[in-house]
Amino acid sequence: MSSEVLLDNPHEMGCTGMPHRKILMWTFLASDCMFFGSLISTYLVYRGHSTDHPLPEDIFDIPLTSTSSFVLLLSSWLMVLALSAIQKGKLWEFRLWTLGVAFFGSIFLGFQVYEFTHFIHAGLTLKQNLFGSTFFVLTGTHGCHVAIGVLWLMSLFFYSFIGGVTKERSLDVEIAGLYWHFVDIVWIVIFTAVYLLEYII
Amino acid sequence: MHIEPVKEKGFYDFLGRQVEPKGLIGWLTTVDHKRIGILYAVTALLWFLVGGIEALAIRSQLAVANQRLYSAETYNQLFTMHGTTMIFLVVMPLAAGFFNYMVPLMIGARDVAFPRLNAFSYWMFLFGSLLINASWLFNAAPNGSWVGYPPLSLFQYSQGHNYDFWLIGLQVLGVASVAASLNFITTIINMRAPGMTMMRLPVFVWMTFVTNFLVVLAFPVVTIALAELMFDRTYATNFFNPMKGGLPIWWQHLFWVFGHPEVYILILPPMGIVSEVLPVFARRPLFGYPLVVGSGMAIGFMGFTVWAHHMFASGMGNIANAAFALTTMTIAVPTGVKIINWVGTLWKGQIRMRTPMLFALGFIYQFMMGGFSGLMHANAAHDSQQHDTYFIVAHFHYVLIGGALFGLWAGIYYWFPKITGRMLNEGRGHAAFWFLFIGFNTTFFPMHWLGLNGMPRRIYSYSHAQGWDELNFLCTCGAFTMAVAVLLLFTDMFWFSLRNGEKAGNDPWDARTLEWTIPSPPPVYNFEEIPQVKALDDFWITKHPELMHHHDDEASHEAGAGHGAGHVHHDDHGIHMPGGSWMPMVASLGFAIGGWGLVHSGGMYHIKEGIQSALDAATKAGINWDTLVNTAQTVVNTKAPDAQNILSVTSAEGVLKLQACYNGVKTAIVGGVLGVLGVFLWALEPIGGYYIVKEKEDRISE
Ligand code: HEM
Ligand SMILES: [Cu+2]
Repeated sequence: MSSEVLLDNPHEMGCTGMPHRKILMWTFLASDCMFFGSLISTYLVYRGHSTDHPLPEDIFDIPLTSTSSFVLLLSSWLMVLALSAIQKGKLWEFRLWTLGVAFFGSIFLGFQVYEFTHFIHAGLTLKQNLFGSTFFVLTGTHGCHVAIGVLWLMSLFFYSFIGGVTKERSLDVEIAGLYWHFVDIVWIVIFTAVYLLEYII
Repeated sequence: MHIEPVKEKGFYDFLGRQVEPKGLIGWLTTVDHKRIGILYAVTALLWFLVGGIEALAIRSQLAVANQRLYSAETYNQLFTMHGTTMIFLVVMPLAAGFFNYMVPLMIGARDVAFPRLNAFSYWMFLFGSLLINASWLFNAAPNGSWVGYPPLSLFQYSQGHNYDFWLIGLQVLGVASVAASLNFITTIINMRAPGMTMMRLPVFVWMTFVTNFLVVLAFPVVTIALAELMFDRTYATNFFNPMKGGLPIWWQHLFWVFGHPEVYILILPPMGIVSEVLPVFARRPLFGYPLVVGSGMAIGFMGFTVWAHHMFASGMGNIANAAFALTTMTIAVPTGVKIINWVGTLWKGQIRMRTPMLFALGFIYQFMMGGFSGLMHANAAHDSQQHDTYFIVAHFHYVLIGGALFGLWAGIYYWFPKITGRMLNEGRGHAAFWFLFIGFNTTFFPMHWLGLNGMPRRIYSYSHAQGWDELNFLCTCGAFTMAVAVLLLFTDMFWFSLRNGEKAGNDPWDARTLEWTIPSPPPVYNFEEIPQVKALDDFWITKHPELMHHHDDEASHEAGAGHGAGHVHHDDHGIHMPGGSWMPMVASLGFAIGGWGLVHSGGMYHIKEGIQSALDAATKAGINWDTLVNTAQTVVNTKAPDAQNILSVTSAEGVLKLQACYNGVKTAIVGGVLGVLGVFLWALEPIGGYYIVKEKEDRISE
């Protein structure tokens, strides 16, 4: 087996010197940009179109959501540490940081569940008004992305105990990391467009 | 040669990721791009028959005035399913069939980058197409045209599952397309043979590349639009509900931001095919290769800037109309560049009028006609006269049949010998061409006049007084002429030539690209040795150095420097082939079952809202849900309210519908879990597969 072949899969590397899966992931993220782009534009187009209360200013709690956003951003940092650990072959460190990422992601999800319940009690539902429809579908879709990421990372975590995650296979972690960072970045855009914008215009 | 399976741990032997099995299981678990290509193409051709029958049904109704073969409702279902079928189940997958079969061969690869993902795409496509067509069995085929505009498509105005089938069906098909496109983009970037630089790629591969980028960037937009409409229908959200401030026009924007790139998704692959066919049969290199490639990219890019030309009549205002009229007219420039280059290729060529060439020439002429009518309504002022008339129907059939379908048929006649090892019959091919050409122009040219005379699209009948009788009759005659061509192609393809066609040999057309350097049909590993590419049209230059006067510089054989020749996988075990896998089909079956469930949960919250008072009364009386459903069943059967007078007949019907929705949700969850499980097992499957080992090599002595 030639030395360029990183993994035990002989079909992994391509003529550009990049692994196939990395190209796949980048292209998928481009696609996902359009996906979130459409949702965010829907939200922005419908801003101020709601015919009923509650409106954002009635219910948003910026300090709370800022906290959960901060937690999500921190998780990106842990993701970097996890990747660098596995690239150096430090398996235990990798496990620790990965668990950390998944944990922080879960905290973010917990905040979201709390926020959603709180909003529903305050009368904001999917069908109450346009704000409800656009808000829940946008942030809910993002939440699903985070949940998938948490599942993915936990799978890697468990997989590492049966020898599935190694220094040689650090690409698996790198790909998951690309996804995770993307989901974080999207949240920054959503947080700005949905929450912060209320306090600017 | 013989085959050596890779040794794997026991469990996976059972799952069968070893040697590709023979027979039916072989097809169900296949990950071979050639087999998947055939599956795509055959499925698409079958749907082509279905869509064609729908078209004939439409034309029969319109043949004469005041005809009532079907009700308006059935007619709506017919034309909606005709359009949806032809676009999503015929032209796109037929092109995908060629991507699958030809792209790896043309770039000198042994497969696509992700063989199992490729199989997944096919199964998703198949199940999606079955899902959307299953609506016929429920007498609930989608009925509001392939653009599904709200408010008509909201639950308030269409309460059947018609739109639910459409929404979820398209969603499943969208996943299939995006997955396939991610795969092909990676394949084309990353699996080119040594020396196959981007600017040596055959034009068909380039157009595949651009098309797949369009899919990846345009489909997510319609995914969101479909999801929002689905939420409106099932969960009573307000995205497109004008009563709550929603904007139906926003649907139009989202839909056409996808919809216009979509029409280029349909036409760019056939443009690529035609760019392959013309040089072969004109025996000249393609005129202006970089321009043809560049204009393809320009079209792809500009395709995202013109969407609102579908909305000129919606009252966007003069500024928007003017802006989109401008961008739309500009996009005709790169389109024109391509046509000039094709004509330039023919110029002074030694033209051989074989069947693929006939279809390619038909393509050029008819596509140009479609472009001209497109330019006419690119002018917003014109379009206010032409919008939603038969003029538009004429336009898009010129580009879609005259263009896309003629191009794809050129591809069928051109590549059939490679795929089956046998030639299609020239005589029947010529006959099919002329029937199709005459039939097509007879059907669709008169529609220009009908449209300008005011005949609207999507009407199920018309009266004598309107003066459209003769032309409509002519159109119908043309449609049946086209049907003859289709029968000729199908009988020839699936019967005569497949059995008794002339043997093709490696290179029956004296062609230019790599797929013609290997046997027909190609062996499972495609290339015994991965080819080394030294120039554009390498194969042809090698065969005909004398014909290549002005390409000498390129032929000067500077083998793709820095092009990672070292990455070609030569290992001493022989050629490694991935084994078959069940997981792609299991995963997509799961998602399709999930989709089925979602269809049947359509309208859930609206239905619940409609019977809210009955539900409240039942809660008050302490009746649990199961008892309520039983009571409702009795009420519906006896057509009399129950003893406690909680359920009227209508609210009892509502309860049963709601119960059906809940069952739908359960099915959706089961399907989703199955799908995710499939994906997990798929990820865990080891590489497996087998080695193809050459006997004659002296490996034994090693
Ligand atoms: C020179 C290039 C083209 C121009 C300027 C052009 C322009 C237009 C315009 C302005 C419309 C909207 C008309 C209306 O609804 O009032 C339209 C409709 C349409 N065009 Fe084109 N077009 C071009 C090429 C194509 C191609 C290549 C395809 C497909 C292969 C295509 C397919 C369609 C379809 C399907 C519709 C109708 C959509 C619907 O309302 O159902 N067009 N075109
Ligand atoms: Cu358009």
